[in-house]
Amino acid sequence: MSATGIGASVRRKEDHRFITGSGRYTDDINRPGQAHAYFLRSPHAHATIKKIDASKALAMPGVLAVLTGDDLAADKIGGLICGWMIHNKDGSPMRAGGHPALAQGKVRYVGDHVAVIIADTLAQARDASEAVVVDYGVLPAVVDTATAMKSKTVVHDVAPNNSVYNWHLGNKDDTEKAFKAAKHVVKMNIVNNRLAPNPMEPRAAIGLYDKAEDHYTLYTTSQNPHVARLVLSAFIGIAPENKLRVVAPDVGGGFGSKIFIYAEETVCVWASKKVGRPVKWNSDRTEAFLSDAHGRDHVTEAQMAIDENGKITGLRVHTIANLGAYLSTFSSSVPTYLYAPLLSGQYNIPAIYAEVDAVYTTTAPVDAYRGAGRPEATFVVERLVEVAARQLGIDPAKFRQMNYITKFPHQTPVIMMYDAGNYNASMKKALEAADYKGFGKRRKEAEKRGKLRGIGFSSYIEACGIAPSAAVGSLGAGVGLWESAEVRVNPIGTVEILTGSHSHGQGHETTFAQLVCERLGVPLESVSIIHGDTDKVQMGMGTYGSRSGAVGMSAISKALDKVIAKGKKVAAYVLEASEKDIDFKDGKFSVKGTDKTLDFGACALQAYIAHKFNGQDLEPGLKEGAFYDPTNFTFPAGVHIAEVEVDPDTGVTRVVNWTAVDDFGVVINPMIVEGQVHGGIAQGIGQAMLEGVVYDKEGQLVTASYMDYCMPRADDLPSFTVGMTVTACPSNPLGIKGCGEAGAIAAPPALINAITDAVGHEDVAMPATPKVVWRAAQKALKKMAAE
Amino acid sequence: MYAFTYHRPDTVRQAAGLVARKEDAKVLAGGQTLLPTMKQRLASPGNLVDLGSVAEMKGIERKGRTIVIGAMTTHADVAGSPLVQEAIPGLAALAGNIGDPHVRNRGTIGGSIANNDPAADYPAACLAMGATIITNKRKIAADAFFQGMFDTALDEGEIVTRVAFPIPGKAAYAKFPNPASRYALVGVCVAKRGSEVRVAVTGAGASGVFRWPEAEAALSKRFSSKSLEGMAAKAAGLNTDIHADAEYRAHLIGVMARRAVDAAVGK
Amino acid sequence: MATVSMTVNGKAVTADIDSRTLLVQFIRENQLLTGTHVGCDTSQCGACVVHIDGKAVKSCTTLALQCQGANVVTIEGIAAADGTLHPMQEAFREHHGLQCGFCTPGMIMSAIDIVNRKGNDLDEHTIREELEGNICRCTGYHNIVRAVDAGAKAMAGSAKPMKHAAE
Ligand SMILES: Cc1cc2nc3c(=O)[nH]c(=O)nc-3n(C[C@H](O)[C@H](O)[C@H](O)COP(=O)(O)OP(=O)(O)OC[C@H]3O[C@@H](n4cnc5c(N)ncnc54)[C@H](O)[C@@H]3O)c2cc1C
Ligand code: FES
Ligand code: FES
Repeated sequence: MSATGIGASVRRKEDHRFITGSGRYTDDINRPGQAHAYFLRSPHAHATIKKIDASKALAMPGVLAVLTGDDLAADKIGGLICGWMIHNKDGSPMRAGGHPALAQGKVRYVGDHVAVIIADTLAQARDASEAVVVDYGVLPAVVDTATAMKSKTVVHDVAPNNSVYNWHLGNKDDTEKAFKAAKHVVKMNIVNNRLAPNPMEPRAAIGLYDKAEDHYTLYTTSQNPHVARLVLSAFIGIAPENKLRVVAPDVGGGFGSKIFIYAEETVCVWASKKVGRPVKWNSDRTEAFLSDAHGRDHVTEAQMAIDENGKITGLRVHTIANLGAYLSTFSSSVPTYLYAPLLSGQYNIPAIYAEVDAVYTTTAPVDAYRGAGRPEATFVVERLVEVAARQLGIDPAKFRQMNYITKFPHQTPVIMMYDAGNYNASMKKALEAADYKGFGKRRKEAEKRGKLRGIGFSSYIEACGIAPSAAVGSLGAGVGLWESAEVRVNPIGTVEILTGSHSHGQGHETTFAQLVCERLGVPLESVSIIHGDTDKVQMGMGTYGSRSGAVGMSAISKALDKVIAKGKKVAAYVLEASEKDIDFKDGKFSVKGTDKTLDFGACALQAYIAHKFNGQDLEPGLKEGAFYDPTNFTFPAGVHIAEVEVDPDTGVTRVVNWTAVDDFGVVINPMIVEGQVHGGIAQGIGQAMLEGVVYDKEGQLVTASYMDYCMPRADDLPSFTVGMTVTACPSNPLGIKGCGEAGAIAAPPALINAITDAVGHEDVAMPATPKVVWRAAQKALKKMAAE
Repeated sequence: MYAFTYHRPDTVRQAAGLVARKEDAKVLAGGQTLLPTMKQRLASPGNLVDLGSVAEMKGIERKGRTIVIGAMTTHADVAGSPLVQEAIPGLAALAGNIGDPHVRNRGTIGGSIANNDPAADYPAACLAMGATIITNKRKIAADAFFQGMFDTALDEGEIVTRVAFPIPGKAAYAKFPNPASRYALVGVCVAKRGSEVRVAVTGAGASGVFRWPEAEAALSKRFSSKSLEGMAAKAAGLNTDIHADAEYRAHLIGVMARRAVDAAVGK
Repeated sequence: MATVSMTVNGKAVTADIDSRTLLVQFIRENQLLTGTHVGCDTSQCGACVVHIDGKAVKSCTTLALQCQGANVVTIEGIAAADGTLHPMQEAFREHHGLQCGFCTPGMIMSAIDIVNRKGNDLDEHTIREELEGNICRCTGYHNIVRAVDAGAKAMAGSAKPMKHAAE
């Protein structure tokens, strides 16, 4: 392994600008003459808009325009879209209500966009927003996930009963049979709490219109600027793609919430032509809570069937998923194809049947958040498995081992073909690292201090490297999920990599460069990674679903193959040898069996000066592109073990140990991968014991700031013990599986399993705040006293 | 934020004059409550009188059996003061646990008390320790000062200049922070001076800080957490929100009171 | 409009500003120093932390006018004049204490303040408690804690004078 190649913990190239305050985020960009947009948002969860009177506001200082849904309609600007078509059980398409960027006739959640006020300064725009008079006809709210379909109030007329779709997957008959024959059945009602993604950089956008070129530019906080351009052009109708440039500069975290195409950026780019000035919008945190797409929000009934030998024979799940007031960009796929196909977990389960009802409510749209569907599936499976083991009196680690899939490839009953893995290897390593054997002693010692100590497992699997285009196409996706790359070798041998992936914390500028160092033998400083600008990178699908390593880097690898092949041709001319005799290794072309060599840099120069070959035989230059479409999903998997201490007096839970052993396939940069795991675990712990979005009965958002929405802080968390096992992924050339979401997927069930172990019963809902855990501990203490 | 006119007087007199003369005037201390409120457009003073240059409102001194703290003294300065640490360690600890280090570097005792947030920490200390709040006009006993949620005995334009804490024999504060905001979900301050024991509770009550007579009676007999064994406050009148319901708060008051007593006796 | 004068990263500056200008707006919009960030409206995230007269404060909860005559140091002002990084900056890079980088300037300014107050030998518990006012969504704090620890130790040994008194 070289110091900068694959497998080295290279320090990040991008860090210098961030630690010196020179990062360039969207809000750091200012354009001459820019005006500021302020969105007037609905104070009601559900209301008709009878009239909007902006006359007073328009007369206020600095105000350039007040625009509403009517103005959008007049300009024939289309609504926001949901890009994944889900079909009902009966084959009919899902019921998608209209989603205008500014409300047309009705508002459907608190924070919905009523109008935009554009003024010279933000303060003026905000002052004027208070002078816009809106006459609302207030309607009842629909808030509760479980009962939304029973509500008399309908959010979208196209969706009676508020049902977006009723979808299913798996084999119902086989599953019923398995349950009939089962020796033991575990039943659980499970709520997966609603979360706010909260990247620390709030969303922002600047739209500019260049009259001379009749051309728009949008700077935006996006994880996938090309998809944004595609949607803004082809569906919303802002401008054709060749007239619209989308730039996503440094982006301060995304976690899914910056995948989607939102109202605000749509309005900024459209309005920039209307007011003839650049239009800037920067979300504040309250707006982020109100209008960034939320995550999770499932209510599930689940049952697991087990035979007399302790083998799982069946799994039955019915889930109601809250999609909020409108279908956000990828929302429909989350509780369906990103969820149910993972219900087999790491286990050999012959029969699975899942039914999902997606519902509209008068709450913010819900879409993918770190893990997207897979955390929800893992929570269901890992809670059931843990409870089954406890009920059967089998050690939870052993029960898992008894049911692990051990032969690969493995076809599950729910679409997925697991290609490679060694689940027991991770379990063994984790048990060792967590000193599972010593737990009993630690528990006794804690008891002496008046603390309840518990341990909990999570054997998670996820599907990453999203995704084979044909496969997702057949399941309803509106786009293919390949990735693109272009390798530009400059005449002096420096290299620019243009990628359709987008880095917003993942460190692509380093890991992608490491791949280039490894393959071309050039120094790290000679490699630049260019991303996030549709004018530079032709097309790409962006970063989410832990796809940038497995898919994005595979595309780069493919393009590098082409560069090396072309380089060999050039070298053959220069070294006066036959192409098939040219080897390339450690940055040098050489002629087999001779000492004749040509440096990669010298070869690049030769490719451009083109003196040594005839332009008819070989094109000058050294630049290659590739599109890589994966052949399968990748399946990272691992084991997390959480150990907690509960203070029964207060219900405060302290996470005292955390062990993670993950199999991510081949790891390019262990330092960065471990960082991804840490961050994921923190978000998972956040979901399990700190975070939860709460709406009241009227649909008002109670958790609209950090005063009420509890973000994990440093003193809420322990240090993590992170280990790895490796089975290379056979489905891509680099053997990468992906690591971005693992922690967020694995952590919640591990933690809840630990807390329920500590308090001695299963009745602990997420987030397991002190209040919840105190009640649970009281119950346990009462039970103990009675016994 | 709405527009306002900014003033920066050097003396209490000037400050009081400005507040009296200028329309919709408010004093600005550390700004850690007022500025966020103004940013959210929930407050709109037309004139802001910054007390930052009023030197006479800063500093801590010991006067016999009393610690006197200038209203503009920051939480960090109270926490770090050798005088306070020596005389009333429980008060220094309380100040050192307000918000976070950045808030403590700017937030002031005067601002905290004048604001009387029902989840603030200082009001519990003032009430339990029998502090006297000194203004530009008069002296007000803590018992009379805190009058409910965000409500105090201060008249319009009256400025808190100092707070005087009689040095207790034993005193400590135990706080159960709200997991999100880190303000007090429940905070209990116990103080024993001579034979008098006072227990003040913050964070829990719908109308701000209050005393807990049952606990005071029990502790007056014997100042030990054992005296409070199994005791909880009455749930009636306590707050219920997403973080805690009244019953849980009532229970936590008992737990925090016992912990405060343990801390006060050095356990 | 009102006039304010202060020192920002060693440079004396004077400007006419709207009285409601927050220090963070003054730094970002008037001084064009965009390393100081805004991550919340309730003074809780710490993305905006700068030093005023040597103490860490939230620049989103301070009026520019309150800083009349003050010495303000931002993330852009802590490296040495020759570009040598402050030991705390170096520690964040070395220990992978950042991912998206948005919280990082505030984290580094807070970390230096912690060392100034608590010394160079910090334990994990202290570091975690002292980071109460800084939220990071990316790193899970694991590597930030390591970076602060290493940075604290490096600050003890650092002979390089800071460009501007960040202490
Ligand atoms: C993130 C965060 C966390 C916090 N956590 C806590 C916590 O855990 N516990 C806690 O107790 N507090 C907490 N606070 C509040 C903090 O302690 C404030 O500093 C305090 O409440 C107000 O003090 P200030 O000096 O900032 O006052 P300002 O915000 O300047 O003023 C507050 C109010 O008091 C008035 N006022 C100020 N000084 C005087 C005076 N001398 N005389 C008369 N009126 C005056 C002002 O006009 C204003 O109405 C927190 C604040 C923040 C931002
Ligand atoms: S922006 Fe200042 S604390 Fe969040
Ligand atoms: S590195 Fe992204 S918020 Fe901290």
